[in-house]
Amino acid sequence: MNIVDFLLQHSPALIVAIPLLGAFLTPLVSRLNDKARNIFVILTLGLTTSIVFLLASDVFAGNIHTYAFGSQDLALPIVRILFEVDAMSAFMTIIGTILALVSVIYSWAFIKENTGLDKYYTLILLMTAGMFGMMLTGDMFNFFVFLEITSIASCALIAFWTNKGKAVEAGFKYIVISTIGALFILFAIALLYGQYNALNIATLASVIQFSFLDKIALVLLIAALAMKAGIVPMHMWLPDAYGRAPAPVTIILIGATQASLYGVFRVCFTLYGNTINLTPVSIGWILVLLGLITMLLGVAMALIQSDFKRLIAFSAVAEIGYMFLGVGAGLTVLGNTEMMAAIGSSAMSGGVFHIMNDALDVGLLFLVAGAVYYATRETSLDKLGGLARNMKYTTVFFIIGLLAVSGMPPMNGFASKLLIYESTFQLNPILSIVAILSSIMLLAVFVKVFHSAFLGPALPKFKDVKEVPKSMLIAMGIIASIIIVFGLFPELIVSNIVEPAVNALISYGDYIREVIPTFTGGM
Amino acid sequence: MSMLEPLLETFQTGSGFWNPVVWIVVVIVVFLITYILRGFGNKEYKKGTEQVKSFLSGNPEYEKEKMHIKGSNVYWGFTESLKWFFDILHKMHTGNVSDYILWFVVMMAVLFLLVGLM
Repeated sequence: MNIVDFLLQHSPALIVAIPLLGAFLTPLVSRLNDKARNIFVILTLGLTTSIVFLLASDVFAGNIHTYAFGSQDLALPIVRILFEVDAMSAFMTIIGTILALVSVIYSWAFIKENTGLDKYYTLILLMTAGMFGMMLTGDMFNFFVFLEITSIASCALIAFWTNKGKAVEAGFKYIVISTIGALFILFAIALLYGQYNALNIATLASVIQFSFLDKIALVLLIAALAMKAGIVPMHMWLPDAYGRAPAPVTIILIGATQASLYGVFRVCFTLYGNTINLTPVSIGWILVLLGLITMLLGVAMALIQSDFKRLIAFSAVAEIGYMFLGVGAGLTVLGNTEMMAAIGSSAMSGGVFHIMNDALDVGLLFLVAGAVYYATRETSLDKLGGLARNMKYTTVFFIIGLLAVSGMPPMNGFASKLLIYESTFQLNPILSIVAILSSIMLLAVFVKVFHSAFLGPALPKFKDVKEVPKSMLIAMGIIASIIIVFGLFPELIVSNIVEPAVNALISYGDYIREVIPTFTGGM
Repeated sequence: MSMLEPLLETFQTGSGFWNPVVWIVVVIVVFLITYILRGFGNKEYKKGTEQVKSFLSGNPEYEKEKMHIKGSNVYWGFTESLKWFFDILHKMHTGNVSDYILWFVVMMAVLFLLVGLM
């Protein structure tokens, strides 16, 4: 066995283990000097990224990977933790790893004036490990454990600027919300375990009956994970947390939020895939409705914000609505092969592609907001102005983010939104009308930011403002380049990574059969 | 060419298609035509003269710093006309974590009604 095969075989474990080990080593490396620590963290995440891409390339070729911690014989009913990586998990880990790597590159200059950086980087790596764990695990209880790891690390990072009362308050709110959400998830897992004596997702999915208790567990899981994903009206923690955390932390928080979103989709499509459409009111339509409300209220709240970061945070809420709309539309026709081929798969492709696009677009805008704060120490749009004169590169990155997040051609956001508009129009024209209206409002929101922060006369108080350091520009440049490439070549991305991820969600039978070979149901 | 083919492939959306490369070529052509047309424009323009000064219906021009429209004032008319709606949204966002949990409980109750108990 050569080294590549070895890495591939153990990749599901390594993707979590490397940042986890890195987290514990970071305080030790910090003792050498700051530069060594920064390089160590970037190398740790660089290595993790390589392994993520190695695993993803194999998974996208059609191989589902399972990795057992404990007995290797999957048929034996003994205690073990199983990681199961299908194309959807691989897709999510690609997003997570890009965000994490960009975050630490950006952090190099952004955070260097602060103290406690050994703890900062340790928490970043812990949060990344937790996020990857949520995306790769095939075990419900293990999902809960990783959710907790992510939440605790996130809370500490949101409140990293402890000298700012509002940051501490945001961290407190986040941990209250996360703990209550996690408690209900644990309760739902207990309900399933009590009935089926299993915690493995595939095993549970193969035997789930959709009993009264299963329905309760489904509601608890959807409600708690939707709250963690920032769905309206349970989104209110999100602007607080995103708005107060340091910009490089916010960008990983986006990944952590999307890991919860992934949880909703995994529960609906895989865990309950066989039974989800037995409800009188389709879960798919509930997701669609939540998506619409999230889009509209998110963008409406963004329009009236005067704080740069809170404004982007509300836009991020609106963007989550698109993902719910696209994937929810697919869920409404799950089990109906004809409708799935006609509408469902393209709606889901749009929704899943938008997960990636949202992470990149909103992530870039948060980094720009961080750059503006770094240069001016100001986030109020009432006090900013004329920055395009002094911060040319940052302004270009903002324009790229603005066009991408509002779904303007030829950026990546347009391709995913086009898929959502077209497919949901066939389901019900009102859905696409609301989606287009929200996009227009998003454009208006960011035109307002562009005007008030970057355009206008040079303000005397900002006459000495300079462009941000290179590491921050490189981090923004990486994301901007990916946005442009994804925008220019959408067919390449959709056919190679988005469609396999969508098929993994639709063909939930394959996921179950990887663990329970005798399972005959599922698509 | 075979290397480029996958990149230039038209994006099929199910019921439509989208090709950003063609779109960019069209935009460049339109810009070129616009640039040529601009060349036929008014040649009387003189930079730095009275011509370039703002005309504010005869009102005096303020200092440039005071002319910048701040973030809160952009879309003032729109937000003012929908004040009732934005007031409701403001009332929803109390900033109190107990209310955040309340919304979660309300949402869970609605989902129970829709899924669990029907």
